[in-house]
Amino acid sequence: MIAAQGREKLLEVKNLKKYFNVGHKEVLKAVDDVSFTIYKGETLGLVGESGCGKSTTGRTIIDLYGATGGQVLYSGKEVHGVKEKSKKKELTRKMQMIFQDPYASLNPRMTVKDIIAEGIDIHGLAKNSKERQARVFELLETVGLNRDHASRYPHEFSGGQRQRIGIARALAVDPDFIIADEPISALDVSIQAQVVNLLQNLQKERGLTYLFIAHDLSMVKHISDRVGVMYLGNMVELSESDELYDEPLHPYTQALLSAIPVPDPNVERSRERIILEGDVPSPIDPPSGCRFRTRCPMAMDVCAQVTPKWQEAKEGHWVACHLHDDEYKHG
Amino acid sequence: MDKLLEIKDLHVSFDTYGGEVKAVRGVNLDVKKGETLAIVGESGSGKSVTSKAVMGLIPNPPGRIKQGEILFNGKDLTKLSDRKMQGVRGKDISMIFQDPMTSLNPTMTVGKQIMEGLIKHQKLSRSEARERTVKLLDLVGIPNPDKRVKQYPHQFSGGMRQRVVIAIALACNPMLLIADEPTTALDVTIQAQILDLMRDLQKQMSTSIILITHDLGVVANLAHRVAVMYGGKIIETGTVDEVFYKPKHPYTWGLLSSMPKLHGKSEELLAIPGSPPDLSNPPKGCPFAPRCPHAMQVCIEHMPDYTELTDTQKSACWLLDERAPKVEPPETIGVGGSK
Repeated sequence: MIAAQGREKLLEVKNLKKYFNVGHKEVLKAVDDVSFTIYKGETLGLVGESGCGKSTTGRTIIDLYGATGGQVLYSGKEVHGVKEKSKKKELTRKMQMIFQDPYASLNPRMTVKDIIAEGIDIHGLAKNSKERQARVFELLETVGLNRDHASRYPHEFSGGQRQRIGIARALAVDPDFIIADEPISALDVSIQAQVVNLLQNLQKERGLTYLFIAHDLSMVKHISDRVGVMYLGNMVELSESDELYDEPLHPYTQALLSAIPVPDPNVERSRERIILEGDVPSPIDPPSGCRFRTRCPMAMDVCAQVTPKWQEAKEGHWVACHLHDDEYKHG
Repeated sequence: MDKLLEIKDLHVSFDTYGGEVKAVRGVNLDVKKGETLAIVGESGSGKSVTSKAVMGLIPNPPGRIKQGEILFNGKDLTKLSDRKMQGVRGKDISMIFQDPMTSLNPTMTVGKQIMEGLIKHQKLSRSEARERTVKLLDLVGIPNPDKRVKQYPHQFSGGMRQRVVIAIALACNPMLLIADEPTTALDVTIQAQILDLMRDLQKQMSTSIILITHDLGVVANLAHRVAVMYGGKIIETGTVDEVFYKPKHPYTWGLLSSMPKLHGKSEELLAIPGSPPDLSNPPKGCPFAPRCPHAMQVCIEHMPDYTELTDTQKSACWLLDERAPKVEPPETIGVGGSK
């Protein structure tokens, strides 16, 4: 694996916050002070359980949700709050998104051709209708569909094929960076592998950078160079994917990894699991200090009082846990 | 071991505007006392329909059991009247549904929903039923059960709701429990809790379980035997070790290969090309033939019979015929996990 140092930063997320008002003056802190960097050409995986803020992070980065605080820099330039239309357009062309549900993310009243070409039209990337059509055909073939599909409607396709259309739409404007928000969780196992292979091949061919959001840890490990783990709106650990899976530092990451059932009966029989007690607390009123402490098997007194710092425990391995903070290490 | 449930040559079809959809096309299965049988397959493979047929929950119309027998303790469930079936459902056979968010009644307290079965089937009085309900909630690991019985489903989290659904299913000590994707809607840490709970409960109550899932990890964790379904048929069955370590059907190979491994890095996943067959016009031969890398002419024309490989393992594939060329399973099936 290539060391993170000396590589070009494509996206920098600094102290990103996204709060939702949920009435009665209550605030849901979906993403609270998350910072990370995505390097050019890599795949950063983002995992966590439902409600941990991983999708909100993705959507806030691309400005689908206005951020409550923090900064997102794309190639050093601010993404949020860009007023000037031409600059905004330039940014949205470079950053694209693939959504989770291939049934809900395609307009049922548009033909595949028009769905894919929408971005091309908006950004004026085709000079005439002939060129537009040629682009669409080329894109369809890139994602493993054929040109006959162009004039059909989404309902004529299976889930896996629709997800391919979603990918073609994202590719249409020649982006550098793609946020894939659970792109395979609605698909069957054998189809998941097809879509993941497609995404990896496209990355190789076009030098794309991915933010891959998913809850399936084994798939995330497969596709990602580095993986970040989120819990209740916070990033708790981030490192290269092999290292994260071989030597997880945060107790939550350890529990999460040990909870995945492995498709191997012998391993399952002999395995010792860390089974977490209880459920994820409400993000409206999260626990003080470390948010994981209420379920953490190793919680100390300090965890309730002090929020753990997000720091580099080893080179390229970030963690937010008092167990790995020199100041509190020994209880 | 005695056979608790025996399904013989079951055919289930649905009449739709687009014609007859043959969802299940000749399934043979048996479940022994105290064992867990996992049925795995992709969506549309007929695994849920098979289990619903056992429960007598195929809506008619459009669905109908065309042919076959479902013998439960020797009596044929397909021949029972609706009324008689109601006496079996929830008492001898019960079901855990996939989505705990929609399988509970939002307007009834959790306690009432559990008591319903107890009062109807076991003829308990209200107070007895309430007592037993509190015990059941305690059994499935819900803290403060005496308070929780009076609460409504919305006051429970997803994992807790699934525990309630399990409590309802276990209320009358069923002999057979059908769990249709019991953990698919749950997060991994909660899934681990529920799988643990199911395993403990099975040990305590020696219930037989039919586990329906597409997650091979869950299968490895819970099942004793596995049946792999594809295109409305069982294409391979065997003990969990046989199916994971010595699979003989190319579809099982594909299924095992397309799962990423948690340890070690594989460059590319071995995907199964194409998509599952359209069951309104099912293929004449092997349903997997159009996607199978080893398909021969005969596969397209004739459905293979089962080859009995051991006492427990059967596989329906022409490659096992003595006239077929020898094909080795791909190395990528090397099941995940082991370091």
